Amino acid sequence: MMRNVLLFALMAALFVITGLTQSWNVALTILNMGVVSAIMALGVNMQWGYAGLFNIGVMGFVALGGLAVVLTSTAPVEGAMLAGGWGVLGAIGVGIAVLVAAVTAWRRMKRGRGLAVLVIVVAGFFAFRAIFDPAVAGIEAINPTVQGNIGGLGLPVLLAWPVGGVLAALAAWAIGKTALGLRSDYLAIATLGIAEIVLAVMRNEEWLGRGVKNVIGLPRPVPYEVDLQQNAGFLKWATGYGFDPVTASSIVVKLCYLGLLGAVLAIVMLLAELALHSPWGRMMRAIRDNEVAAGAMGKNVKARHLQVFIIGSAVLGIAGAMMTTLDSQLTPSSYQPLRYTFLIWVMVIVGGSGNNWGAMLGGFLIWWLWVMVEPIGTGVLSAITAPMSDGWLKAHLQEGAAHMRLLTMGVILLVVLRFSPRGIIPQR
Amino acid sequence: MDILNALVAFANFVFVPAMAYGAQLALGALGVTLIYGILRFSNFAHGDTMAFGTMCTILVTWGLQSWGISAGPLPTALLALPIGIAMTGLFLVATDRTVYRFYRRTRAAPVILTMVSLGVMFVMNGLVRFIIGVEDIGFADGARFVVNARDFRDATGLEEGLAIRSTQVITVVVTAIAVALLFWFLNRTRTGKSMRAFSDNEDLALLSGINPERVVMVTWLIVAALATTAGVLYGLDKSFKAFTYFQLLLPIFAAAVVGGFGSPIGAVAGGFVIAFSEVGVTYAWKKVAGYALPEGLQPDGLGQLLSTDYKFAVSFAILVVVLLFRPTGLFRGKSV
Repeated sequence: MMRNVLLFALMAALFVITGLTQSWNVALTILNMGVVSAIMALGVNMQWGYAGLFNIGVMGFVALGGLAVVLTSTAPVEGAMLAGGWGVLGAIGVGIAVLVAAVTAWRRMKRGRGLAVLVIVVAGFFAFRAIFDPAVAGIEAINPTVQGNIGGLGLPVLLAWPVGGVLAALAAWAIGKTALGLRSDYLAIATLGIAEIVLAVMRNEEWLGRGVKNVIGLPRPVPYEVDLQQNAGFLKWATGYGFDPVTASSIVVKLCYLGLLGAVLAIVMLLAELALHSPWGRMMRAIRDNEVAAGAMGKNVKARHLQVFIIGSAVLGIAGAMMTTLDSQLTPSSYQPLRYTFLIWVMVIVGGSGNNWGAMLGGFLIWWLWVMVEPIGTGVLSAITAPMSDGWLKAHLQEGAAHMRLLTMGVILLVVLRFSPRGIIPQR
Repeated sequence: MDILNALVAFANFVFVPAMAYGAQLALGALGVTLIYGILRFSNFAHGDTMAFGTMCTILVTWGLQSWGISAGPLPTALLALPIGIAMTGLFLVATDRTVYRFYRRTRAAPVILTMVSLGVMFVMNGLVRFIIGVEDIGFADGARFVVNARDFRDATGLEEGLAIRSTQVITVVVTAIAVALLFWFLNRTRTGKSMRAFSDNEDLALLSGINPERVVMVTWLIVAALATTAGVLYGLDKSFKAFTYFQLLLPIFAAAVVGGFGSPIGAVAGGFVIAFSEVGVTYAWKKVAGYALPEGLQPDGLGQLLSTDYKFAVSFAILVVVLLFRPTGLFRGKSV
């Protein structure tokens, strides 16, 4: 216990040192993203640490959360529903009906069901496209330079966080239904695929979230810096303490974010801890450690796996929505698997899989390192290259410093897996 | 109705590109499936192994070019390929010694090894980016076309031209040679047979005196050869970019699973299944249909089922169908 408190104190010290040596603005930016990373790490920890499920499609669930922010909180685009919104909804309804019909046919029919399913799916696909294509063209024709998408519901942005969780949970249900119960690697490959597809949809379906044209200026749950700087009360307060109003406003905004994000982290952490120490948590660990024995005890292994897979993915979706809110923009091209899937895995493994506190610490620590490795790498490389004469090699090495972080993360992951596979805070 | 032109258009836009792509996927899937058969884990570092091998080959190619050595009409990269394979082989064997061997000794669960391969992937990816950068690199030289579209039109008098790029021919030929060599090795040589025995039943193989370390080392060397060849052929056909190679993981795994994980012949078949479905579904059939169908039945739209941006969805859909209906794949691979 003392050791864990000490570890978290050390982590806090790292952020304080960052604040003192660089600036509090930088430290708070890293800390806010660290909180989001910690929630993502908790989500992966539920899947891997509790149940041993290998999900390498984290990026997809995170991106779905980001999409939820656009669909929930942006203002509705005028005329979009009439121009094609209902058409798109109808097409999606047709698509779902086709899938249901295909599954029913497969279950009910005895002979010739393969052919029947094929006919249903092919005909359904063309029906879907026939409704979908004109609807999309209608939506994308509306004011394409700034809108051209379906818009959102205009609800408060905080509502988007649970919505992001729901979207991710739906995707997780679909993927879990197909890939769970097979060999563990198949889930990994299937989740890798779903992540790529979610991103492909977000990049290309401009009617949905404007694709690679990005959605910027998403609503914020906290005040804008500019408004604070013009607020007489705030100015008086800031100058009263002798702060520079510009710096003070940006720090106050970041602190507001920190409060919101921290509250979510606290809730997720509390629920995760309660679940882990409940009979349910013991059952999950029993299933993880020996599926056959747990099955023999009457536990429904596949249903429990599906359950925890959905819960973990929902947490990832919530974290994804929080991240997009924090950035106040959705940029589908910025989602990279190395950053959003594998980095989260490094956090969980390094922190301690199976232990929520470990995963959380890993989230903070690895995120801090991820941000800090680049300046450190640049420093080290310029120290190495300083005595070299100017030329091709020197320029190349200095340019390469940006890629040092991948190398560092890989080495950290390998070293931890080899010498301390249970992580910094091991599971009890 | 113009069947001949339809066939030429089909060959030009679907058959030839899909053959080349299928051959590249087949080589990649063979590497993944061999690792799975012998070392018993899904190697997620495979895409980056391909990138690493290609990078080595590109560096040697540049070296050869600067000395003025070329292979005439063939790309210089083919001369550099053996050296690239050797460098990648050394790297993989060294990785095995420093990283994977420990987990083999402790008999770690396959999923732990898969996770370790993620770490290796990170390191390789970082190395490749550090050494050669993240930009698109084209390194094909030599003759560009075996059959030129205009020459074909002039020679046959058809409306449609058929263009076959030399890289496509080289891809198919090199793949055929590599696959033939691999199957000869696995079925006819003593080492190859011991590898198959090891893959079928590890304990029995150990009892009959097979040296596991030797089998594993030979496997890594073969995988290095397959991955580097696949990567170089893909790079010659398209271009080299580290991130694209990572994304190839999904079709490669889909190909291996479709064929039956652990089955070499399945990997080859799976590669072509994935490639033909991907190209077939994302190709706009308007032109071919315009020639093949009678007047009046011709489609108004592009006749494209899915936009090319969704090519991953195709491999994924095939993967899901196989997982649902035949998890062991077409050729009854291992399903642990």
